[in-house]
Amino acid sequence: MSAEQLPALVVVAPLVAAPVALLARRALPAWMVATAACGFSFVAALALAVQVTSGGAVSYALGSWPPPWGIEYRVDVLSAFVLVLVSGVATVVAPFAWASASAELERERLYLFYALYCLCVAGLLGMTATGDAFNLFVFMEIASLSSYVLIALGRDRRALLSAYQYLVLGTIGATFYVIGIGLLYLMTGTLNMADMAARLSDISSTRPVLAALAFITVGVSLKLALFPLHLWLPNAYTYAPSAVTAFLAATGTKVSVYVLLRFYFGVFGTRIVLEELPMSQILLALSVVAIVTASLVALWQADLKRLLAYSSIAQIGYITLGISMASREGLTAAVVHLFNHGITKGALFLLVGGVALRAGHAGFDRLQGLARTMPLTSLGIVIAGLSLIGTPGTAGFVSKWYLVLGAIEAGRWWLAAFIVATSLIAVAYIWRFVEAAYLAPLGGATPRAGEAPAAMLVPAWILVAASVWFGFDTSYSVQGAARAAALLLQ
Amino acid sequence: MIAELPAGLILVAAGLALPLLPRAARSPVAAAAPLLAFAQLLWIGPGYVLEKDAFGFTLQLVRTDRLSLAFGYIFTIAAFLNAIYAWRVREGIEPPAALVYAGTALAAVFAGDFLTLFIYWELSAVASALIVWAGGSARAYGAGMRYMAVQLGSGMLLAAGAALRYAEAGSLAFEHVGLGSPGGALLFLAFGIKCAFPLLHNWLQDAYPEASATGTVVLSAFTTKLSIYALARGFAGTEMLIWIGAAMTAFPIFYAVIENDLRRVLAYSLNNQLGFMVVGIGLGTDMGLNGAVAHAFAHILYKALLFMSMGAVLLRAGTVKGTELGGLYKSMPLTAGLCMVGAASISAFPLFSAFVSKSMVLVSAAEQGYTFIWLVLVFASAGVFHHSGIKVPFFAFFAHDSGIRCKEAPAHMLVAMALTALLCVGIGVFPGALYAILPMPVDYVPYTASHVLAQLQLLVFSGLAFSWLKRRGIYPPEMRSVNLDADWFYRRLGLRMARALAALLQRLFDAGREASRQLGEAGAALLERLHGSEGVLARTWSTGGMALWAAILLAAYLLLYYADKVDRGFIFLLILPFLIGALGLWADSRRRDDD
Repeated sequence: MSAEQLPALVVVAPLVAAPVALLARRALPAWMVATAACGFSFVAALALAVQVTSGGAVSYALGSWPPPWGIEYRVDVLSAFVLVLVSGVATVVAPFAWASASAELERERLYLFYALYCLCVAGLLGMTATGDAFNLFVFMEIASLSSYVLIALGRDRRALLSAYQYLVLGTIGATFYVIGIGLLYLMTGTLNMADMAARLSDISSTRPVLAALAFITVGVSLKLALFPLHLWLPNAYTYAPSAVTAFLAATGTKVSVYVLLRFYFGVFGTRIVLEELPMSQILLALSVVAIVTASLVALWQADLKRLLAYSSIAQIGYITLGISMASREGLTAAVVHLFNHGITKGALFLLVGGVALRAGHAGFDRLQGLARTMPLTSLGIVIAGLSLIGTPGTAGFVSKWYLVLGAIEAGRWWLAAFIVATSLIAVAYIWRFVEAAYLAPLGGATPRAGEAPAAMLVPAWILVAASVWFGFDTSYSVQGAARAAALLLQ
Repeated sequence: MIAELPAGLILVAAGLALPLLPRAARSPVAAAAPLLAFAQLLWIGPGYVLEKDAFGFTLQLVRTDRLSLAFGYIFTIAAFLNAIYAWRVREGIEPPAALVYAGTALAAVFAGDFLTLFIYWELSAVASALIVWAGGSARAYGAGMRYMAVQLGSGMLLAAGAALRYAEAGSLAFEHVGLGSPGGALLFLAFGIKCAFPLLHNWLQDAYPEASATGTVVLSAFTTKLSIYALARGFAGTEMLIWIGAAMTAFPIFYAVIENDLRRVLAYSLNNQLGFMVVGIGLGTDMGLNGAVAHAFAHILYKALLFMSMGAVLLRAGTVKGTELGGLYKSMPLTAGLCMVGAASISAFPLFSAFVSKSMVLVSAAEQGYTFIWLVLVFASAGVFHHSGIKVPFFAFFAHDSGIRCKEAPAHMLVAMALTALLCVGIGVFPGALYAILPMPVDYVPYTASHVLAQLQLLVFSGLAFSWLKRRGIYPPEMRSVNLDADWFYRRLGLRMARALAALLQRLFDAGREASRQLGEAGAALLERLHGSEGVLARTWSTGGMALWAAILLAAYLLLYYADKVDRGFIFLLILPFLIGALGLWADSRRRDDD
């Protein structure tokens, strides 16, 4: 296995694992295949990350058709960074899913769950690895279609409606995206993103190109749940099976952010997007509104899972806020927060999955005095919650720090104050959990069955530990993000 | 190995290990850890730096110089005395929280950069809030919440100020800052909140008296003195501090006079004593700074002693309300005697500690030509003598006999109080030892004939007035006897005016609080209407409604992109199908919702 084939292998492993899991028709072999495929992808992604850091971008021509005619898989610093996040989270969630999905799903459907999980992982990895705009659409559809079904598998009957709404919105998003690609193909005659960028430089202000930019922006904004296109997200996250929520929250929207970054900086170019058009102002305004409203809505939620879903919308606002700065600090903050929020929110949803397993759901009435019956789960939620707030010594602090630095660098003092002030809302909604779990007396509805099984606690705590680790050792996360930001601004 | 570990972390480690130890070992460990930290500080001495790379910065985890070491010594001494005083408290969150609190405050003093300072600043806030909560009552819970909110708010300002400072100066090093920049102003505010500047002070009197008998002693030592250190490091010579400090010395007196809870009286006098230190820092001269540090050193000890004695009273008599106590000297003669040592120290009797420390600030103010400030400080000194020197011991141990008969304070408390009292007297008798560790060379002789005479005059005349009025029965014993205070400033103002002023301030505060409460409630109601579970921003929208947003956003983007090449017809044609589709979907979902 040579380095040139790694970009394809990362994607192919889970893609092949999906039909194998389907053919197995039994839960255990399907799960083993899925876990092995995710693990393989993770190792390959790590190898790729090492490779691109030292030797520059790796390109793989599918079917030996050289780009720009054939489909090119192209992994650079940024895509390797996202590949590591996606495959890493997939590998951690897979063992969790064994205990969690077995409890939440009917037994005869379990092998379907693992097949779909593989497809979703393959789709997200493919979106990241590919250098071809239309191939990206194909993988986007693979990831989206599988996630609609995964969400619909949730045992709450509202999961079906949520999945349906997500399907309609996601399809609109994908359609907009493909319309944008169509317009770009019309103007450039190519689908290879690097080639497209070179050809666009002369005609970037023409009307179809601008229309393409608008369609792609809205289409991808739907996928990444940018306010006010976030409306599908709370229900989808709330009613999906726990493992699905954890995986999608940590990776799904993040890959869409990656696509947005790719198109803004890699295809259209900073000149047209950020200098000629009021893109950064619009993105800034939407991010600010997203952060405030979603955080406030989270404050009043009666269910911890739903609270965290709204918090995700706010956190995506911080990421797009970093993008809107379009400076080296801002983009570093956006990419590093993409990573840090991925692991933090993954940890939180995994832990909440443990609560849901014992209590049925994670409504606040079931959390009264939870620290007494599920001490490890509660402690993990508090630690990951601190990272969500941005407390020093956690990963969340590192991202907020760079975000504040970026705001100050741009001379926007009010924005720096805003970032610090909105963290206080996060303090308030995490405090609600602390108050319920630690300070309230043991409630009647609180589960008394004890801790979640180790198969669920261990993966969750790996991510909790990661969200503390990356608060101290930033050599991977910040340097990787800084390299990616430098690459984007070239 | 130990030298590699910041002194504060020795205490933090001991605190975290405490719950895991067998019960019998807990108190010895809690007392030994501060001694170990103290020995380490003596050993490393000034000029030691420990750096570590984290967050992409080089952090100075430890930086010792004469200023930080002076605070380091007294913090470890205070932590040791607290451990002795709380020897019998072995259960619950309080003992570990106290050690972690002391340790993080100690580590904050040695922080060489703002990031390290911020981390310990916040940790000490959380640990100290736990101590307030350990008070256990519903009031303690509420006060602890407010306390934590204020402390964390101060930390947020510190973080913001540090970030601004980094942008301005390109360095996070914690050196002299000054008020000249926005970053400096935020840091000033952050330190000011923790230092209980006037109008930012309420958290102190709110929270400290709600902690347990032992908890209040711990709380009184560290938080505010950490901020005194931070001000001395960052804002020495800032003139505004002189005026702030003078106001701090004067205004708590009015409240202390009418307060009945004796621990709250001490909390007010704590505020007043901080004012002297703030003035010293504001003066910024060698003697002013020395005075501030020396006074902080002495103050931690005698304030701890006073809180310890009131803690012992609370433990034995069950209350520290002035009206319910009295005559306790019969039951607790040793505590009464030790309390009076503390009272003499805070009142600056010759041969007691404040006599050799506070006067440095006063002399420095006079030398710099701040006559008005000097007068305020003299007035405040008399006020201190009144409410801490006379009122606290008098109401608790003398006055009319309340009939309470209880046991003397337990032995470990007496030992702690005796050790503290010994230090108070020791500093007063041998000031040279204290002067030797001050940051600047000391050129001051406390025991001159004029100083001793002037101070005695102040104290003796007030004592005379007190006994004369008492004998003539002009003032009935309880509340009004309080007002027979020392010097003529105070007498001329009179209790009535003090009360009126306090009542007026109280009314203004109440009105302001009420107005802001109503405004806050209205705002919260609006926020909840929008964001609450049924609010428009939190509702589950119909699918068509969601799609409509996509169409609107697309239309908005296109309009904005084409704004300079107006061809509205084209845009309209482009977005029309989507608008129709979205509207159709929306109408359809509305109809189905109605069904």
